[in-house]
Amino acid sequence: MSLLLRATGVLLTREWLRFWREKARVAGFAAAPLLFWLVVSLGFNDFGRFFTGSIALSLMFAAVFHNMTLIDDRKEGFLSQVLVSPAPRAALVLGKATGAASIATLQGAVFLLFLPVAGFHPDIFAFLGALAVLFLIALVFTLLGFVCAWQMPSTQAFHAVVNLLLLPLWMLSGALFSLREAHPLMQGAMQLNPMTYALSLVEFFLRGRAAIAPATAAAILFSWVAVLLFVAVRLVSRRPHAAA
Amino acid sequence: MLVAVENLTYRYQDRKQSRTALEGFHLHLNKREILGLVGPNGSGKSTLLKILSTILPPQTGKVEICGYDAVRHSAAVRERIGVVFQRSTLDRLLTVEENLRALGVLHGLQGRALLERIQAVLELFHLVDRRHDLAGTLSGGLLRRAELARAFLHEPRLLLLDEPSTGLDPTAREDFWQALLALRDAAGTAVLLSTHLFEEAELCDSLYFLAQGRLAAQGTPEALLAAVGGDVITLRSARPEAAEACLREQFQLHPTLREGALYVEVPQAHTWIPRLVEALPEVEEIGFHRPTLADAYRKFTTAPSAQEAAA
Repeated sequence: MSLLLRATGVLLTREWLRFWREKARVAGFAAAPLLFWLVVSLGFNDFGRFFTGSIALSLMFAAVFHNMTLIDDRKEGFLSQVLVSPAPRAALVLGKATGAASIATLQGAVFLLFLPVAGFHPDIFAFLGALAVLFLIALVFTLLGFVCAWQMPSTQAFHAVVNLLLLPLWMLSGALFSLREAHPLMQGAMQLNPMTYALSLVEFFLRGRAAIAPATAAAILFSWVAVLLFVAVRLVSRRPHAAA
Repeated sequence: MLVAVENLTYRYQDRKQSRTALEGFHLHLNKREILGLVGPNGSGKSTLLKILSTILPPQTGKVEICGYDAVRHSAAVRERIGVVFQRSTLDRLLTVEENLRALGVLHGLQGRALLERIQAVLELFHLVDRRHDLAGTLSGGLLRRAELARAFLHEPRLLLLDEPSTGLDPTAREDFWQALLALRDAAGTAVLLSTHLFEEAELCDSLYFLAQGRLAAQGTPEALLAAVGGDVITLRSARPEAAEACLREQFQLHPTLREGALYVEVPQAHTWIPRLVEALPEVEEIGFHRPTLADAYRKFTTAPSAQEAAA
């Protein structure tokens, strides 16, 4: 097994160990989005309408904000150790991204326990498909968060910038209003948003119908992963390292 | 030759101005050698260590470690160095052993070899009974030992230590040095460390005195000490400038004035003190001591213009 894979594996394991040991994160990690879904659903008296949107919200925030740990790694010095090791720089990106994405997926997957309440009854294949899509969404947003966090001097700055980005991405994803009903101008903006395709794919697996062809949506999401991965690896390979 | 630095210059570019951290710097280090970089904050020590650990690229000049160019073959260099930074870099939420395992894997160790190395460094640094403690719960001294264990895990040929005893109490510092010397003796590891503690500098095989990014002097601690002639008289006066002038004119001595205190090298200092107290204006405090490395550093880093004036 190559050093890249082993290094990625050990950094991924570290993300999980840290997550598990920070009890506050374990306790609070699913509560807020669930509460959001519950309140909104009770308000509209419709448990299905905002279900996929709430999953998206939960995944997005979990995936992006996990990258605050990257800023901590820099402040606490752990990152310097990785940078002076012979492990490929790509392992740093892949380890953080797969670690954060798998943790965020778990967070999103907690919602899947409430599928019957929301009125969804997918078969096992659709269920697994939905789970895979959750991971894909998490990966896109983890990488997006990584690219932002790498260049941010502090968690406060990261928080401010990312908040500016996340809410519009969520609102323009089809979680609030559907692509077909929106104003043409809005439709254009929504078509640039990776979250639109992500949400459409989740809908496809859970509801069996989607606004965008599943193959197209998947291809676009994979392209986002590829581009963001490329950018992130380029960033961490750049000298001198902002991290040091 | 394990490390060869030739004509190294590094400038930090700010938005408006540039600050020179290292200027035309040369350094050579052999196997088994413990070399100390001595200088105050801002003298270029940390920049040099960052360049040697491949975090910063040299802007001009050449840096070779174990025969590999630090820029073109940075991966080969990283395999051969162990770095201890000023601050702890262990993950505080992982145990000592988990930290070692993670960094071991990043350095290409695996399987039985990794487990054996972990056991070996835990024993070497007396950390066996702490292996399952979270790094965040260790005391400063233990944390430092765990850092050294981590840096030595992959048996580097060169250890780079940036002010390794910062924050250590004297006992912990002694332990740390014993471990370092044991390492050098057992594995022939070369050590390059920066320090601003002269008592630590005394323990090195050779020293480089840095001042404002330049090499002020180099040699063994003994040779540098020998450069200070006789004893050192330290005196404070209510009018230090007047006292300095008096020392020059009346006694033909070459004092240096630093932070309100005058330092002057003389043979047989005890015979001079009564005369100086009589002759100098408003002496508040006077004493003498055998020369220390601090005196040697002061001698070599006094501005050249002041030295010329003194001569």
